[in-house]
Amino acid sequence: MSKLFTTTALLAALTLPAQAVQPAAGETLADSQTYTYWLLDAIKTLDPAKNTDVEGSDVLRQVFEGLMNEGPTGAMVPGVAESHTESDDGLTYTFTLRDARWSNGDPVTAQDFVYAWQRVVNPETASEYAWFLELMNVQNATQIIAGDLPPDQLGVRAVDDRTLEVRLTARTPYFLKTLSHATTFPVPQKVVEQHSDAWTQPGNLVGNGAFTLQSHNLGVDITVVKNPEYWDAANVVMQTVRGVTVNDNNIALTRYLAGELDRVQIPAGQYPRLSGDYPDQAVSIPYACSYAYVFNVSDKGPEALKDVRVRQALSLGLNRDIIVDQVLQGGQKPAYSWTHWAIEGFQAPDTEIAAMTQEQRTEKARALLTEAGYGPDKPLALTLQYNTDENHKKLAIAAQQFWKPLGVNITLNNVEWKVHTDRMQNQDFDMARYAWCADYNEASTFLDWFRTEGYNSGKWSNAEYDKLMAESKTAADTAPLYKRAEEILAQEVPAVFVYHYAKVDMLNPAVKGVPTENVTNAWYAKDFYRVAD
Amino acid sequence: MVIDERKMRSLAARMAQAEVRGRSPWADARRRFFRNKAAMAGLMILVLVALFAIFGGQAAVWSNEELDFSVMGQVATMGAPSWSNGHYFGTDDLGRDLFARTVQGTQISLLVGIVGAGIAVIVGTLYGAVAGYVGGRTDQAMMRLVDILMSIPYMFVLILLLVMFGRSMSMLFLGIGLISWLDMARIVRGQTLSLKNREFIEAARATGVPTWRIITRHVVPNLLGVVAVYATLLVPLMILTESFISFLGLGVQEPLTSWGALISEGAGTMNYGTLWQLAFPLFFFVITLFGFFFVGDGLRDALDPKDR
Amino acid sequence: MFAYILRRLAIAVPTLLLLIVLSFLLMHLAPGGPFTQERALPPQVLANLNAKYGLDDPLWRQIWNYVWGIVVHFDFGPSFVYPDRTVNQLIADGFPVTLTYGSLAFLAAVAVGITLGTLAAIRQNTWLDYLAVGISIGAQVLPNFVMAPLLVLVLTLWLGWLPGGGWSFSDPSFWIMPVIALSTSYMASIARITRSSMLEVLGSNHIRTARAKGMPEHRVILRHALRPAMLPVVSYLGPVFVSMITGSVVIDIYFSTGGIGKAFVDSALNRDYAVMMGVTILVGALTILFNLVVDILYAWIDPKIRY
Repeated sequence: MSKLFTTTALLAALTLPAQAVQPAAGETLADSQTYTYWLLDAIKTLDPAKNTDVEGSDVLRQVFEGLMNEGPTGAMVPGVAESHTESDDGLTYTFTLRDARWSNGDPVTAQDFVYAWQRVVNPETASEYAWFLELMNVQNATQIIAGDLPPDQLGVRAVDDRTLEVRLTARTPYFLKTLSHATTFPVPQKVVEQHSDAWTQPGNLVGNGAFTLQSHNLGVDITVVKNPEYWDAANVVMQTVRGVTVNDNNIALTRYLAGELDRVQIPAGQYPRLSGDYPDQAVSIPYACSYAYVFNVSDKGPEALKDVRVRQALSLGLNRDIIVDQVLQGGQKPAYSWTHWAIEGFQAPDTEIAAMTQEQRTEKARALLTEAGYGPDKPLALTLQYNTDENHKKLAIAAQQFWKPLGVNITLNNVEWKVHTDRMQNQDFDMARYAWCADYNEASTFLDWFRTEGYNSGKWSNAEYDKLMAESKTAADTAPLYKRAEEILAQEVPAVFVYHYAKVDMLNPAVKGVPTENVTNAWYAKDFYRVAD
Repeated sequence: MVIDERKMRSLAARMAQAEVRGRSPWADARRRFFRNKAAMAGLMILVLVALFAIFGGQAAVWSNEELDFSVMGQVATMGAPSWSNGHYFGTDDLGRDLFARTVQGTQISLLVGIVGAGIAVIVGTLYGAVAGYVGGRTDQAMMRLVDILMSIPYMFVLILLLVMFGRSMSMLFLGIGLISWLDMARIVRGQTLSLKNREFIEAARATGVPTWRIITRHVVPNLLGVVAVYATLLVPLMILTESFISFLGLGVQEPLTSWGALISEGAGTMNYGTLWQLAFPLFFFVITLFGFFFVGDGLRDALDPKDR
Repeated sequence: MFAYILRRLAIAVPTLLLLIVLSFLLMHLAPGGPFTQERALPPQVLANLNAKYGLDDPLWRQIWNYVWGIVVHFDFGPSFVYPDRTVNQLIADGFPVTLTYGSLAFLAAVAVGITLGTLAAIRQNTWLDYLAVGISIGAQVLPNFVMAPLLVLVLTLWLGWLPGGGWSFSDPSFWIMPVIALSTSYMASIARITRSSMLEVLGSNHIRTARAKGMPEHRVILRHALRPAMLPVVSYLGPVFVSMITGSVVIDIYFSTGGIGKAFVDSALNRDYAVMMGVTILVGALTILFNLVVDILYAWIDPKIRY
């Protein structure tokens, strides 16, 4: 019933005129329709198969278009796929593609998707995001990545030019939500084969998105301009979108204030001041990432952390309110669950820790530590590892001070990102800072992390948890399962959940149409327009 | 910001000469040094900064890692320098006392500067003296190696070292010290060559004193003036190098800090109404560098007066 | 002289080899590799990547292949982090930028530094001298990571005169702040060195003679004093060049110029082996070349020196 509803809803949406991005009454469009936004670093690649980061995805979403897009609230809306049907067993999806074109005028066909997806899993491409097709449960993806099957055995097929069929190995409730991810975007086979690795360079790149690549100076800026071949070009107002790299957030803010940028992240702690000075520009939007200190409970980890009372005490002793209200100060929320609070359909369990005051928590933490045999005469000594970043540093320093009165002596160990990751993956740490961002807007993107088979670098393992997560894959109603899973996390404390992210930005009020309700923060400049001052 | 090598050569030549003439250059030099106003001012500054580093901690109300929760989150309004709450230099963004942190940062920066310069001077002197004294093929090979090492972009190698071995004080000392011994080695070698054939060295050799003892007992003491001046001028360079490393985020671990780390944090927030976070560490950094330059220059001028 | 140049160039080869081996080993000994990332890669994918980039070969073979690729094809290999581009391309993109603002900064430092130092020496103990000495002492110790954000704040936000960052070869307004931030402290050092060496030369006998003969003061300075006074400045130029390259890291970070300084630091942190090696070799080669140029210049100015 629900799947039928989804399909009809999509079809219904299509019978309406395409979502119009027109200025509201009383607004005048600016003469120059440009949008300039901040990039922390260089865009590493514009190849959808090889992209791994958020900044890259932001550009790819303008230059390419997948089967689905995300609407302003994060709901899936049709992209290249006009409509789709799902088989009764949930294992086969059939998409009907619209009459779309590449920026060189060629039609976008089902074969382009087949080629793109096969290319992602092809060992020769060596895509770092090949796992995404495994996550989508596309048939044979795992075997092809391992080199056991040829890429043409992937469970995706062009029935005809306008019909794409995808076969899955298991029912996947979140499947449709993965289709706006850059890894699933189509690529033009002819162009890729003609230019090989250089196909994404300006002049070579051919995309099917609302914009097309004009220039890319690595580490300086990247410019895309409106693509007249885009199927909905008539409704695209924005003409030029420019991403400007500024490696220092403070300088970026200065340049925003000088009018060089339309959107920039606010450095930690500056939101209250800026929202006072510029109430119409400082915005804080929930952002589907969670921050945690992961405990190493593996054999290589410290003995003390294998005691659940110690883990509970550390979680209780961390004053999240101060971290959120006095350090970050940007509308982030204290975390007592792993799943971000704003994830669609997620209901956080009522945990004891969330209901207590900090005094009660500290009291209980002391009691638990004493019970576990630690106290002033036998202090607990642990190392907290974090990667180089101003905010991680601030939080780690604060955490150290919160735990100190409990008799826990923390040594801070700041290492650079590669070393941090390497040590985490080899269980070479006591406690490590970690954050996870949603790949799609559903709780399992977070909760899968703590499965025994998940990325879970602390090596915590719980049979009931694994069972719940396995059940959730095929369950009709997943909310109670996720809720129970979070209860287990709250009880077992494999990590201290610290806070849930917010995206805290300065945004030029002349730019309209920027989504503020989508927790994944995916944005499409085709929906933006600029009004005259 | 590099030491004027030519002047060092001239100084080295004079030191070797003076010794042979049988009269210590030091007595005259002391007189000249005390008459040099800039050098004396520099010396005063250095003494004061050293006292600050050693005893400043006694005056601090807060430790260098405590968070002041009454200030945290409203640093721009509450964290300014104040006598009443004990934050003489204000607080950093987390509400930590900047006075205590500046004291502690001063200790680290001075330590890195002095140990780094010490390593460079010791390695450079011994290397240069051995090459110059032994001479021949050994000298050729040793100096060729110096030529090769001179062409290596050291800052790059230092970054690699810190990335590879992780960040630790000893790595920082070693890495920074290893950067600048090459010039020292060259100068020392040149002077050793001219010392080598002097009577007192030949006498020592004739009486069968082993090579190593000749180098350490007779050659090196005659280079002491150069070594002292060079070391004084190297310290500020080492401090600058450390600040750059801290800027890259490869410096000492929190809660420890250094001038470089404090300055680079303060520079980031200079437009957010917390200028004291930059001003205090930068002040100590700048006056200390001046102090070393003035003392180093003064020492050199005193030992190698132009009006000879 | 010619033999000397040849000998110096001959040293360049072992130097570069040493540099390659040293940095290659350091890089590979460091924990984590180019494909270490947050979501640990499945072993198969990792194996595929390692095979694609030849990282599964023994280390000596990797070094050998690398050197061979450079010698035979002038190919510095692929970038692991920027898969769309080769290292040759990355360097071809970034190096001209660094070279442009670097050489402008170098010229500015030399020209302004020498002028300032000479003026201060001629007008010793006047207000001009004190001003010049004061400025140069101050500028010498101000770290460029303080100078750079200050420039953006003043020239971009408050005065609105210059763009706050970015790069364009056709628009010099992008060049000004990088050049100022990079050159100031060297300018100050050069001014100090020039001043003291000029004072020394002006006090020497041959200048007294020239003056006694009634030669006009500007001719005394330009014809007789400047050349010998330049010797210490010239010997300082080699080190200036090297530390300017290091300083370009700060410039690239603050002004987003896209030069090779940032590329090097990023590649070391990202374990982008080939980029790191490529930049190191380039900088090493430039250092060798520049030191040689400085030596030749030195010999040209000071006829007493023979190699």
